[in-house]
Amino acid sequence: MDKFETLTGIAAPMPLVNIDTDMIIPKQFLKTIKRSGLGANLFDEMRFDRQGNEIPDFVLNKPQYREAEILVAGENFGCGSSREHAPWAIKDFGIKAVIAPSYADIFYNNCFKNGIIPIVLPQEQVDVLMKDAEKGANARMTIDLDAQTVTSSDGEVFNFEVDSFKKHCLMNGLDDIGLTMEKASSIETFEKAAEQARPWV
Amino acid sequence: MSSPKTLYDKIWDAHVAHEAEDGTCLLYIDRHLVHEVTSPQAFEGLRMAGRKVHAPDKTIAVPDHNVPTTAGRDDPKNMTEDSAIQVAALDSNAKEFGIHYYPVSDVRQGIVHIVGPEQGWTLPGMTVVCGDSHTATHGAFGALAHGIGTSEVEHVLATQTLIQKKSLNMKVEITGKLRPGVTAKDITMSVIGATGTAGGTGYVIEYCGEAIRDLSMEGRMTVCNMAIEGGARAGLIAPDEKTFEYCKGRPHAPKGAQWEAALTHWKTLFTDEGAHFDKVVTLKGEDIAPSVTWGTSPEDVLPITAVVPSPEDFEGGKVEAVARSLDYMGLKPGTPLSEIEIDTVFIGSCTNGRIEDLRAAAEIVKGKKIKEGMRAMVVPGSGLVRAQAEEEGIADIFKEAGFEWRLAGCSMCLAMNPDQLAEGERCASTSNRNFEGRQGYKGRTHLVSPGMAAAAAISGKLTDVREMM
Repeated sequence: MDKFETLTGIAAPMPLVNIDTDMIIPKQFLKTIKRSGLGANLFDEMRFDRQGNEIPDFVLNKPQYREAEILVAGENFGCGSSREHAPWAIKDFGIKAVIAPSYADIFYNNCFKNGIIPIVLPQEQVDVLMKDAEKGANARMTIDLDAQTVTSSDGEVFNFEVDSFKKHCLMNGLDDIGLTMEKASSIETFEKAAEQARPWV
Repeated sequence: MSSPKTLYDKIWDAHVAHEAEDGTCLLYIDRHLVHEVTSPQAFEGLRMAGRKVHAPDKTIAVPDHNVPTTAGRDDPKNMTEDSAIQVAALDSNAKEFGIHYYPVSDVRQGIVHIVGPEQGWTLPGMTVVCGDSHTATHGAFGALAHGIGTSEVEHVLATQTLIQKKSLNMKVEITGKLRPGVTAKDITMSVIGATGTAGGTGYVIEYCGEAIRDLSMEGRMTVCNMAIEGGARAGLIAPDEKTFEYCKGRPHAPKGAQWEAALTHWKTLFTDEGAHFDKVVTLKGEDIAPSVTWGTSPEDVLPITAVVPSPEDFEGGKVEAVARSLDYMGLKPGTPLSEIEIDTVFIGSCTNGRIEDLRAAAEIVKGKKIKEGMRAMVVPGSGLVRAQAEEEGIADIFKEAGFEWRLAGCSMCLAMNPDQLAEGERCASTSNRNFEGRQGYKGRTHLVSPGMAAAAAISGKLTDVREMM
């Protein structure tokens, strides 16, 4: 997995609440057996018309946000399906961080497996960063995962919380499965005990 | 004496294989359900790393999302190329890794969340995961069940565990009795209406109260199925005699002495008196009405007797979201919901594709015809549900009324297969999500119970099912 340490980049504002996984990557793009290439269809039905032409008003089609690496969004971002295609599409497009007041649980976990940091900040602070993002390409924000801060283009600093284990894995690009396999003896011990306690499972 | 525990606490504690100092746990997984859409990359990951499936006996696969629901579907030529590739990948992965498998040609094939309970894979007190958010369904058995992403699917395949931190406990109590015409679907939608789609975020919900106890197992599955729509990690209902009766004799349920041992354990699966809940929501059963969604989020729900709301009725970010969804849905504020004309009806899905759902719809349909020009389909949740409905004569009721009688699969719930809404079509659907484009590009979805869907098919508009009972 890619490491995430610090990032200074353009933030795209998407103030809509409840941006769901069907919006992020519509179902017709889930029929892939690969993880890559989904960025072309990120927000497909909001970004393109039926003929495949760009919808100019959509934020990521605007010249100043085409290179966005951060999304600032409304509450409950990523609600809906468990599809990891959503973070795969976000990452493949080039976005490495999302800032929102809240996320759906599964999407939130999926981000960390893909080198994306989903940052939670209170609505009032997201509102400030949304305004900052609306300034366009010259307003670059900085995210420092180690310090757990977001710095607006004006230099205003916001602290965020993140689970220490998730942070550790993200900062070091660690593979979860490898880490868990180091605990194989605990799993084996558990299985032996469970086999006695609940043999019908 | 140890402190009182919730049902969630008990299941959680019984499955922690390792706990780190910061509270990060390895949660042991008893059942891993797999389907064709979210698993190919996970199996590929195992192959690349030279890893095996840790517990193939606890891993069950079935194709459901992509499969057509029309005859001749076991011929890959009748699927789009990309769908056929995903189904073929599941076929070969199931063989290569030696996991249980129900192929399209098997009568037991169906929607993964219907097949699991039907075959007795899902049992009380278990941990159940699947790369699908509606895994919450299995919570109806008092099993801790939730959706996971593909990286986590790979993690469970490789280690039979999941890296987790414990969620908070939330109690949703539905007191008293339901009124006639009100179903499990109306309960679960009304809860989301009350709490919002993020109301359950960070929590595992335990549903309780008289109205929940009164529900059949199938109704309880409907309630838990949509826990995810309320943002919760999982929904749970404590097992009782109905649960045990449902499980008994199923192909993969324990037998003989093991059954007795299991039963003894299952009877300990309830929330202790005085256990702590971090959040409590209470609804009166008698206040719940037959419900329908009007917008593009499951929280956009109202009784059928209400009118389409206005963006000004809301606050904050929801104002813009409502304006956007009314535009998408082609609805004007103030329009009575019962005057909204529909052209499509879908009865099926992991929310409402079980035999009791079909019976409830057939009860309304019996002896009537669907409205002229209406496209109405019934898609049983599994091949066995379909067979039973045919045996009971329910299939004939639907067919005589003008419904299409389909083969089992996810069908129009998510339109990853040929069953889709065309642009501008409006559907009364027994599924679980009314998101933009969910049932087809620019398709419009109104979520309802099976009886309400049946009533709409006959009248041609959203209809209060109580008028047809």
